[in-house]
Amino acid sequence: MSAVSTMDRSPGGASPESATAGGPVRRFASWLHRHGWVRLGVLLSAPMAWLVVAYLGSLAVLLVSSFWTVNSFTGDLVREPTLENFRTIFAEPVYRNVAIRSVGVAVAVTVIDILIALPMAFFMAKVASPRVRAWLVIAILTPLWASYLVKAYSWRVMLGNGGPVDWLLGGPGRGPGYGLPATILVLAYLWLPFMILPIYAGLDRLPNSMLEASADLGGRAGRTFRSVVLPMIVPAVIAGSIFTFSLSLGDYIAVQIVGGKTQLIGNLVYANIGTANNLPFAAALATIPVLIMVGYLAAVRRSGALDQL
Amino acid sequence: MTLSPTTRWLLRGAMALGLAFIYVPLVIVLLNSFNADRTFAWPPSNWTTQWWARAWESQGARDALWTSVKAGLGATAIALVLGTMVSFAVARFRFFGRDSISLLIVLPIALPGIVTGIALDSAYQTAIRPMGVEKGLFWVIVGHATFCVVVVYNNVLARLRRLGGNFEEASADLGADTFQTFRFVTFPLIRSALFAGGLLAFALSFDEIIVTTFTAGPGVQTLPIWIFNNLFRPNQAPVINVVAAVLIVVSIVPIYLAQRISSDSAAGSRL
Repeated sequence: MSAVSTMDRSPGGASPESATAGGPVRRFASWLHRHGWVRLGVLLSAPMAWLVVAYLGSLAVLLVSSFWTVNSFTGDLVREPTLENFRTIFAEPVYRNVAIRSVGVAVAVTVIDILIALPMAFFMAKVASPRVRAWLVIAILTPLWASYLVKAYSWRVMLGNGGPVDWLLGGPGRGPGYGLPATILVLAYLWLPFMILPIYAGLDRLPNSMLEASADLGGRAGRTFRSVVLPMIVPAVIAGSIFTFSLSLGDYIAVQIVGGKTQLIGNLVYANIGTANNLPFAAALATIPVLIMVGYLAAVRRSGALDQL
Repeated sequence: MTLSPTTRWLLRGAMALGLAFIYVPLVIVLLNSFNADRTFAWPPSNWTTQWWARAWESQGARDALWTSVKAGLGATAIALVLGTMVSFAVARFRFFGRDSISLLIVLPIALPGIVTGIALDSAYQTAIRPMGVEKGLFWVIVGHATFCVVVVYNNVLARLRRLGGNFEEASADLGADTFQTFRFVTFPLIRSALFAGGLLAFALSFDEIIVTTFTAGPGVQTLPIWIFNNLFRPNQAPVINVVAAVLIVVSIVPIYLAQRISSDSAAGSRL
């Protein structure tokens, strides 16, 4: 193999016949064909340079900088590793409260989405006719393409003073207005399709014969749902919850649009980069959602949910 | 499972309510773009098209739209090249660390957007700024491309796995070299997957606000950034509403295209 390729590349090796047979492009192609690892190297080089160097490199810089501090007089970075930032986060009740509130919001959003998504996905997969089902899938997918900002904005309009929700409830000021409940509502609205789609896919894979078997054995609809359907779609629900949980934890835009004065981890991170210009502290704060997500992913790994993403 | 008629009707009702929950806010935005009242009092007492005329003339919105299109095209182009390369490597070769690659590629979109955002920001502050490179459109494209790779990768990899290697082997047996096989056999077979992935990548980039915030620097405004900056100005509210209405209507286009071009690829799902 290698002997052939050396001959090809040596100056005297290219006889006139082989040149007319293909020319340099073709010879290069066949050389490539014989050297699989070169092709692999070429294919992987640019993407890996990008993702490993640019992205993982950035994450590493972020992690390292969370141990740095900022000189409070000059605003310069002090590149000496200390646990100062983490100590502040644990010691100050403000940060603890915001972290707990963020996790609470993420949990509430996930639970609301599961409760809304389950009956919808069940209807789509097991009740609707195939034609209706196809249309319903499109109807669930379409809002995913609508802009995130536009969807959050639409709720700002809905919940505004004298807006449609107030009108529905009987006059200006009757609705919930902007605040923490509005934040949970809007985040649940934004991530709902991410919950419906995996559950629908999970139910779609669940064979009807199992449901019939349960009915034949005397199980009523409720019993069948509890004992057959639910255990089978737990991985799908967890897959959906990874999205709703992660997306809620990182959000700080929707909170600003409908949350009033509510603050989540994302807002604190953003404030520390922008006005406070304290990148190390922001980096330390940002490790909280990362640790929670990594912990969550590790906890649900054994359920098989990760294969359903 | 035998469902009683009552259960069926309850499920049907839940489906209808769920769809209403999803679509009513969007419809309200569309209706409000014709609401003559500046504060969007509801229900509208008068209708007008003057906001549409004002939005059409808004230079800020036009500039921002153009910036978004440039960023989207740039990020999509990079994502198409990088995503296709990795998917070929993963589909056609066995090598050490192959299983970790999917995880590495999904990571930029699996981690909260703000993490990707400040990671790129801190990398910029520590490594790029000392070299004298300013933030701006180029850095936005870099940030967007990082999380757009995954959608191209997923689409192309699914297609390559389904195709198998038989067509390429047949092409080689018939005397085609590597490049000819790619040009005449493989590329036409994966074209629609590339299109679906590219469409998704563009949509992701076009919609992105968090990563953009951290990479744009002053002076560069994509459409989401422009909307967000003007969201809290009462004077601009009607114009924002028209832009939002336009974006809602336009979002039907990619769904329509994806449905027509490829029925098999994950044209709808975002991941």
